[in-house]
Amino acid sequence: MIAFFRRRHGGLVIVALILALLPLFFQNAYHYDLAIRIAINAVIVLGLNLLIGFAGQISLGHAGFLGIGAYASAILPSHYGWPPLLAMMAGATCAALLAALVARPIFRLKGHYLAMATLGLGVILAIAFKNEASLTGGPDGMAVVPLSLFGYELSGEKKWYALMAVLLLFSLWASTNLIDSPFGRALRALHGSEVAAQVAGVHIVRYKVAIFVLSAVFASLMGSLTAHYVGFVTPNVADFLHSIELVTMVVVGGMASVYGSLVGAALLTALPQALARFEGWETVAFGAILMLFMIFLPRGIVPTLAARFEKGKE
Amino acid sequence: MAALLEVDALSIQFGGVKAVQDVSFSVPAGAIYAVIGPNGAGKTTLFNLITGLYTPTSGEIRLEGQAIQGKPPHELARLGMARTFQNLQICLNMTALENVMVGAHLRLDRNLIKAALRWPALSRRERELRQEAAECMAYAGLEDFLEARADAMPYGALKRLEIARALAAKPRLLFLDEPAAGLNPKETQEVAELVRKIATHGVTVVLIEHDMKMVMSLADRILVLDYGKKLAEGSAAEVRANPDVIAAYLGAHA
Repeated sequence: MIAFFRRRHGGLVIVALILALLPLFFQNAYHYDLAIRIAINAVIVLGLNLLIGFAGQISLGHAGFLGIGAYASAILPSHYGWPPLLAMMAGATCAALLAALVARPIFRLKGHYLAMATLGLGVILAIAFKNEASLTGGPDGMAVVPLSLFGYELSGEKKWYALMAVLLLFSLWASTNLIDSPFGRALRALHGSEVAAQVAGVHIVRYKVAIFVLSAVFASLMGSLTAHYVGFVTPNVADFLHSIELVTMVVVGGMASVYGSLVGAALLTALPQALARFEGWETVAFGAILMLFMIFLPRGIVPTLAARFEKGKE
Repeated sequence: MAALLEVDALSIQFGGVKAVQDVSFSVPAGAIYAVIGPNGAGKTTLFNLITGLYTPTSGEIRLEGQAIQGKPPHELARLGMARTFQNLQICLNMTALENVMVGAHLRLDRNLIKAALRWPALSRRERELRQEAAECMAYAGLEDFLEARADAMPYGALKRLEIARALAAKPRLLFLDEPAAGLNPKETQEVAELVRKIATHGVTVVLIEHDMKMVMSLADRILVLDYGKKLAEGSAAEVRANPDVIAAYLGAHA
């Protein structure tokens, strides 16, 4: 039994089972809605964890890329009549190009300086979405057409839940594969020792740029889906606080942990909802819970528990 | 023996400090070549220059006649250079075996998309690589650490892990920066045997070492550095008899 769970994709099977069984416990559309939001966040956080947890870099402006996807999917179909799928691809391409363009100068920087540079990027994007009112609707936001794929319109929580469950499973699978490949090892190696990685032949700048671009594409695609799902987009999607929230999900769930990304996203998406009954005190309770997690599970939930489990077996 | 590596009038200056000054030497293919000298003589700086971590202020480095100075480390790795570090550069976020697998980076398909989709040919190569890396570890005497996490290994084993990682690249030219530093006499003896074994398998070895017994018994030729300058160069017997070397090591002014 344990051998089964320890297999490479044991975790994937468990998540698939949970995703398949969850709808049996859903009583209303709100439960579906929460699950869909968790899945969207989990995919973004997976991409971000590849950058932060595995490659040891940081991005405090990731919501900016989310915004690019969201606004591409809002603007191109409404203003120019593009099919949603094409708009989504255009957004992802745009995010990839921007990420690649800024990554080279940005990744010369390290630590706090890198954090500041990525923060600046996010802030600029958020301001652009707010100020280009003729295109984006400004601070009031704009409506987004429903997602239709090859003439089939995706509407209703159940269909969205199915789509996101498939995307989440695929992302978990692909990320697990990636980190255990020559590409993924090069990323982890440059995190562990840049000098050692370089001497072993790893072109470190190229790898940092590649993973930044990949995580930006993850974010942009999920931004597009969020926009279509909610049916409305405001500049808040690209807000600095949203970027911080995503980084917090990575840290709380567990740096360099694929399943930690899922746990972090689930916890930080569901917790504010669960705390809503503490009228007026929910932010305080939320902060206190985060502090407790960081004090008692400093490496993040999944890596700490996994280490305890390993120890318990010996 | 033809020269595999030639260094010609190599210098580097950090601000006002001339860390390496006008150093020339050549390493014959297949040799064990030792670089010795007091602390601060510029030995590691010389390694950093040759392996591309520093760019020389002046001078030339040639690998089989091709000028390579100023090339970045990842390009030099492609030309068959590998090295270890005096202050360990182990990726502690990975297992021992994965560290060794990183050494084989350039011999692998590094495509991102294929990796994410678990391309069958890539998976097959990964399984072979695991086997190869395990063999490299066994070769370096690390068979007990095949399953170990790097951050749970003792110092002596990490020194060998660096060598195993360098060997996984299948280099032509291997630089070892104080492989025996901090090891006890028995471990030092084992590392010396390992270095000899590596050389007999056709890898040219350039080695920085403070353990004189080890250097004298291993090295075909020895370069002595002092204050960034070449003090002497020659066979073990020649270097041992050189009055400048004796003066530098004993601190006397001859």
